[in-house]
Amino acid sequence: MGLSSFKRALWVFHIATGSCNGCDIEIVAALTPRYDVERFGIKLVGTPRHADALLVTGPVTRPMAERLKRVYEQTPDPKAVVVVGGCGSTSGVFYESYNVVGPVDEIVPVDVYVPGCPPRPEAIIHGVVTAVAKLEELAGEKR
Amino acid sequence: MPETQNVYEIPIGPIHPALKEPVRFTFQVEGERIRAVDVRAGFAHRGIEFMGMRRNLIQTLYLSERICGICSISHPIAITLAVERAAGIEVPPRAQYLRVIFSELERIHSHLLWAGVAAHELGFDTLLHLTWKVREQVLDILEELSGNRIDYAIPIYGGVRRDISPEQIPKVEAMIRYYRGLLEELVDAFLRDPSVAARTRDVGVLTPEEADLLCAVGPTARASGLSKDVRQDRPYLVYGELGVKAITPRDWGLEPRGDVYDKAVVRLLEVGQSLDLIETCLYEMPEGEITSFPKIPALLAHLKKAEGEGLGWHEAPRGEVIHYIRLEAGVEEPVAWKVKAPTYSNLMSWVPMFADQEIADIPIIAASIDPCICCMDRVHMVRDGSPATLLKEDLLRLSREKTERLTGHPSPVTRHGGGL
Repeated sequence: MGLSSFKRALWVFHIATGSCNGCDIEIVAALTPRYDVERFGIKLVGTPRHADALLVTGPVTRPMAERLKRVYEQTPDPKAVVVVGGCGSTSGVFYESYNVVGPVDEIVPVDVYVPGCPPRPEAIIHGVVTAVAKLEELAGEKR
Repeated sequence: MPETQNVYEIPIGPIHPALKEPVRFTFQVEGERIRAVDVRAGFAHRGIEFMGMRRNLIQTLYLSERICGICSISHPIAITLAVERAAGIEVPPRAQYLRVIFSELERIHSHLLWAGVAAHELGFDTLLHLTWKVREQVLDILEELSGNRIDYAIPIYGGVRRDISPEQIPKVEAMIRYYRGLLEELVDAFLRDPSVAARTRDVGVLTPEEADLLCAVGPTARASGLSKDVRQDRPYLVYGELGVKAITPRDWGLEPRGDVYDKAVVRLLEVGQSLDLIETCLYEMPEGEITSFPKIPALLAHLKKAEGEGLGWHEAPRGEVIHYIRLEAGVEEPVAWKVKAPTYSNLMSWVPMFADQEIADIPIIAASIDPCICCMDRVHMVRDGSPATLLKEDLLRLSREKTERLTGHPSPVTRHGGGL
C-alpha cells in the first residue's frame, strides 16, 4: 500500500455514534496483548485534539450527528477518518430507522471503510494502517 | 437548583474518554464531593423495535443480535424463547443445552471484559492487558464453535444453528482447564490487591434496600446481597436441571457491602460458575436434533400462521433481559416487539451510588454496573422536534387514556380518582 515505514506514531480517537458495542470491543481488543497495536505507535487518546485519525463506529443516530461533526472539526489537520463496521459504512441492519441519519459519510468525509459486523481486529488494524499511508501522502503533498 | 453557591455543575459526556458509549451525566458537585447526578440517555437509540416490526421474524432475530454486540447471545435467546412460546414451537433437548453452553461462554467473555475495563478505570492498565489477553481464549472457542468472535448467530426459532462436534469438545475442555488454572491468579490480582481494594472498597455503595427498591438486576443486585438471578428464580431452557444458584459476596465469605469491590467479587466468581455449567452441559448433553425446523422456509411458513403472544427471559451477563412479542396469523412481521435490557433496570442504581462520592471515582462507579447503553436506549421521546421527558404520572395517564380509548369507557382507576 505504498507504506515505506511508520514515520510517526498514529494516535486515534474513538467515537461511538450509536454502535452496538461489537466494533468498540474489537477496537479495544486490537489494543490489548493478542494484537497489540501500541507496538506500532498506534494508541487511543482521550481527546480529538490529540488525534491524527478518528475511528468512527455506529450508524450515527440523530443526536450524535452534531457531536460527530464537532469532533471532526476539533481534530487537527491533516487527519483521516476510519469507519469501523458495516452500519457506519452503509447503515447496515439499521437502514430504515427514524433515528439514524448516517451512514458516517453523510455527516463527515471518510477516508477508509472497514466493513464487517463486527470486523476482526486484524481488519481494524489494516484500516488504520491504510489511514497512515493516506496521511503520509498528505504530508508528502505539503512538503 | 444548587442550594449554596459552592455547588456547581459538571457535565460529562456524551463523548468522553472514560465512557466508550454515548451517555451524558450532569453532576452537582461541591468541591470534590458529588451532591447529585442526572443521567441523560438516548444517544444510542436506533429504533430497533420499530425496524423489527417491519421485517420478517428471521430478519428480526439477526437485528436482535445487533441490539448489543456484547450480549449477542442473550438477546437472541430471549427473543427466540418469546417467539417459541407465542408460536408453540418445541426446542429439542440438545439445542437447549447448546444454548446454555453459548450463553455461559458469553458470560465468561463479558465478565472478563468488564474486569479489564474496571482495571482500566482504576488506572491499573497492566491488569486490563492481562485480563483481555486471557479473554482471547474464550473468544477463540466462540469463533471455533460459531464462526465469529462477536455476533454468533447461534439461536434460531426452534433450536440452534450449529452443533458442537465431538472433535471440538476437547478444545472446550482445554479452555475450561485453562481458566480454572488461571482464575485463582485473576482473583489474586483483583481481590487480594491492596491498591484495587483501596480504590473500590466502600466506593459506589448500593445498599440491599436501595437495590430492591430500584429493581436492580444481575451482578449489580447480587453484589448488594440480593439472591436474584433469573436462572434460579424462573428457570428456563435446562437451567432448572442444572440447579443454578445466585452468587453473592457471601459465597466468597464476605458480608455484602454493595460496593464496587463486591461487584468484582460476584463477576469473578460467576466466571467459575459458568465454567462448571459448561462442563456439566458438555457431559449431560443428549444426542439428537439441534432444531425442530431444519428448513428455513418451513419455519417461516409456520411462523406466518402463528398467532399469540410470548415472553422470553434470560439472565444476560448484566442481568435480566426480557423480550415480549406478539404474532398475528398471516403477517410475517411481529405485530409488537418490546425489549427490556438489564441496564435499563440498573440505571437508577447510579443515583444512590454516586451520592457523596469523589469526582475521581466517577469512572469506576459508572463502570461498576457494567452499563450497556446500546442495550438500554430503547425509548426516546421526540415531540415537535424537541426531546420530551415523561414522568411516571404522565406515562400512567397516557396508559389509562389508551385503555379508555380501546375499551370505550373510563378505566376503574380514573373513575375513582385513585393512584398507585
